[in-house]
Amino acid sequence: MRYLPLTPADRSSMLETIGASSVDELFCDVPEAARLTGPIEGLPMHASEMAVERHLSALAAKNLNAGSAPFFLGAGAYRHHVPASVDHLIQRGEFLTAYTPYQPEIAQGTLQVLFEFQTQVAALFGTDIANASMYDGSTACWEAILMAARVTRKGKSVLSGGLHPHYGEVVRTMAKFTRDDIVSLAPELTAEADDAAVIAAIDDGTASVVVQYPDILGRIPDLAAIAEAAHAKGALLIAVVTEPVALGLLEAPGHLGADIVVGEGQSLGVGLQFGGPYLGLFGCREKFVRQMPGRLCGETVDAEGKRGFVLTLSTREQHIRREKATSNICTNSGLCALAFSIHMSLLGGEGLSQLAAINHDRAQALVARLTQIPGVSALSEAYFNEVTLVLSRDAREVVRDLADRGVLGGVSLGRLFPELDGLHKGLLVTATETVTDADIETFATELAAVLEGVAA
Amino acid sequence: MSGVNTAGWRPSMNSAEGGVSVPETQSGDHALMLEEPLIFELGCEGQTGVDFDAPAKAVSPALAKFRRKAAPAVPGLSEPEAVRHYTRLSRQNYGIDLGPFPLGSCTMKHNPRLNEKMARLPGFADVHPLQPQKTVEGALEVIEQLADWLITLTGMASVAMSPKAGAHGELCGLLCIRAALDARGETRDVVLVPESAHGTNPATAAFAGFKVETIPATPEGRVDLAALKAKLGPDVAGVMITNPNTCGLFEPEMKAIADAVHAAGGYVYCDGANFNAIVGRVRPGDLGVDAMHINLHKTFSTPHGGGGPGAGPVVLSEALAPYAPLPFVARGEDGHVHLVEEENRGEGHARAFGRMVAFHGQMGMFTRALAYILSHGADGLKQVAEDAVLNANYVLRSLEDVLQAPFGKSGPCMHEALFSDAGLPEGFTTLDIAKGLIDEGFHPMTVYFPLVVKGAMLIEPTETESKPGLDRFIASMRNLAQRAREEDASLHSAPHFAPRRRLDETRAARKPVLVWKADARA
Repeated sequence: MRYLPLTPADRSSMLETIGASSVDELFCDVPEAARLTGPIEGLPMHASEMAVERHLSALAAKNLNAGSAPFFLGAGAYRHHVPASVDHLIQRGEFLTAYTPYQPEIAQGTLQVLFEFQTQVAALFGTDIANASMYDGSTACWEAILMAARVTRKGKSVLSGGLHPHYGEVVRTMAKFTRDDIVSLAPELTAEADDAAVIAAIDDGTASVVVQYPDILGRIPDLAAIAEAAHAKGALLIAVVTEPVALGLLEAPGHLGADIVVGEGQSLGVGLQFGGPYLGLFGCREKFVRQMPGRLCGETVDAEGKRGFVLTLSTREQHIRREKATSNICTNSGLCALAFSIHMSLLGGEGLSQLAAINHDRAQALVARLTQIPGVSALSEAYFNEVTLVLSRDAREVVRDLADRGVLGGVSLGRLFPELDGLHKGLLVTATETVTDADIETFATELAAVLEGVAA
Repeated sequence: MSGVNTAGWRPSMNSAEGGVSVPETQSGDHALMLEEPLIFELGCEGQTGVDFDAPAKAVSPALAKFRRKAAPAVPGLSEPEAVRHYTRLSRQNYGIDLGPFPLGSCTMKHNPRLNEKMARLPGFADVHPLQPQKTVEGALEVIEQLADWLITLTGMASVAMSPKAGAHGELCGLLCIRAALDARGETRDVVLVPESAHGTNPATAAFAGFKVETIPATPEGRVDLAALKAKLGPDVAGVMITNPNTCGLFEPEMKAIADAVHAAGGYVYCDGANFNAIVGRVRPGDLGVDAMHINLHKTFSTPHGGGGPGAGPVVLSEALAPYAPLPFVARGEDGHVHLVEEENRGEGHARAFGRMVAFHGQMGMFTRALAYILSHGADGLKQVAEDAVLNANYVLRSLEDVLQAPFGKSGPCMHEALFSDAGLPEGFTTLDIAKGLIDEGFHPMTVYFPLVVKGAMLIEPTETESKPGLDRFIASMRNLAQRAREEDASLHSAPHFAPRRRLDETRAARKPVLVWKADARA
């Protein structure tokens, strides 16, 4: 077996050293009834590299990958071009096959990357500090709500109607068990109405207000106004960013009064990967640092006075504090943080702004073309790279029909909000820098045909 | 310093060597030992590593009031600068690719590169989680095939695939237990956790809203069954047991523990972090387990990546299976694999306790784990467990005459060998041995865990170490023990040869510096 270096001779000689007559003897603590004698039945035996590659390649070929079709999906996962050097560098064995940096003298590579990553995320979010990553945006969102409850010593959280419904579902699931009080608002058709509903729901018992920016329908909420209303009642504003590229163009939530900013970092460096692994981003005000979840990398010096980095403030964490920890998180998304950080380093702040402007440009071109189709209109004028189109019929069917025609034409609001009948004609479409004019033209042609009921 | 690194023990780069003093270099670098500044200090203003097809046209006036006043203040690097920066940084890291990484409980085994290649096939890597289901049938089949293997290997009824890592899987299992208790109309709020447990166990129980009560260990390093039974009652929701446990021992009373917990109306959560010791040889389902997470990044070798991503699918018994969270992948009567979400949960998943993540879990890790499993097959996986256990026992028996093995007399260990610093001279500790190992070119073992053993050293070689490799490691460990016995003070200042000497963690925590600031350097 190609991954197992012990030879039969090695095994015999090692058993002799151990003083056991067989490997079975080493499993003597396992009760007789639970011991399996041979390989588990009904499962295949070992396979060559070529055979495994053949099997998995056949499965991969059954999927329509985004690069093989005009592609317009977003809703919390975005297709951006990732420079080739990113994937090359994260496959350096010293990064790929390292553990969490508990031995800092021989993990300065990972630690320095995390320190740079934290600085990049804080700059992007406009927060004082950021942590070394969470699992993904949705879990980071729940952790932010818990953190706000610790900071304010209150238990209620208001979720704006523009929050990604899957994020809302994660929060409601968790809150059911922790008995935190969650007020979930349904989306209104304009950002202004959603903002007003959020502000109206804040009271003295509110610990946090959760607002997605840009929101799930592609609109841009007025964070400054919501922050002011939240702070007036002693609540914290948690901004959720599912498309970090937007912050190349839009003001950073931290600069608009958000106290905690969380997000999904998948857009930069990580790729679509059918939903995971992704990258939870978490930034906040410095004064909350001891209430933060997750790992933090900090600067220090070594015994010779050289600058170095270590994991710090671990007294917040599960391996020290056990049931009193700020979170149970252990393994996070280290390698995805590295990919994000490399992509961000290649772009730089100016490059990110340019990328954002190009995304916005593509989305404008998409909207301009699709709204020429009779029965298609855009929900909002202010959007970044994603916008909700209102169609003349149920968008769930339209998405399936478009797929039959080889177009991956967005995400239907019916899939995202199955319980809200009023939204079922909504189609969320996204255009990143990867979308070409030809893609837009194909989409428009096929969408028009689908809406007219022309057979494929 | 007899017996110490006869090839040339040099406490610093500046000491005299053969009468000629070694010069300090102008750059501060030493040949292949290269220092690297932060990206903010490279002086790369105005560079970029990304070229765009065409500049953007005007930004819509509708966005004017939302515009960012200044671009994020982070530098850009040209591609050569970036490649060099990260390559130089990588060389300050230890990884499995460089040598043994015997972190007990963490399972640092070889990461096959085929798995990386498979996860990068565009059909897996370039697929959106919300694409129409008929365009992602292959991806769903990967999830389903992996799920099948996990169910069969554990002898359980079902598996929830979406948890993102081990601790997230623990949470999933406990929430299934909570949901099952709710369905029974019971409010049991205590979870029993052995004192030898991973820190995530009590943290997770608290995170899920339970009170944690600790069960002591026996002098033989096992769960104290009598103490556990004494705590069982109508308030106990369940227990969290790690098996094999964190002392590296199988819990022979596991079935008795499970029976007692079930009789008292509770559920059994098993921390599956150490499943690699028994995979293919023992099915947790045969031991009365109700829920167990499987760290794909441990047993099934998906890379740890310097701290993740992991993946923590949770296998479930019949009793808990109905409560598994959405989304869920299942093969329908039509023979196709379907994704069950809120939109189409139907009767079959009406009792799902909710959702734990935005999408479907760690697909990239599923592909890697499936490639690993298919490569090994049922026979290879059994061999994995056997070789892991053989290697650990070989280390145990090769070191127990020079280091105290607190449970060495209890019989064979499983996949990891536990030692302590109890027998070392006054002032010589586990930390000294660990840092000395760094100078020897090895990654240290897990230190000061489990907490039930003072000065613990937990060594998990894994099955991917060769015998000659283990012999080299053992020789270094014996040498370090010898140096400690001779009270070699240079151990206290180890490592001497790593990119950094011991780091001041107190200073880091006292006034945390978590981000780079331009003015701080002035």
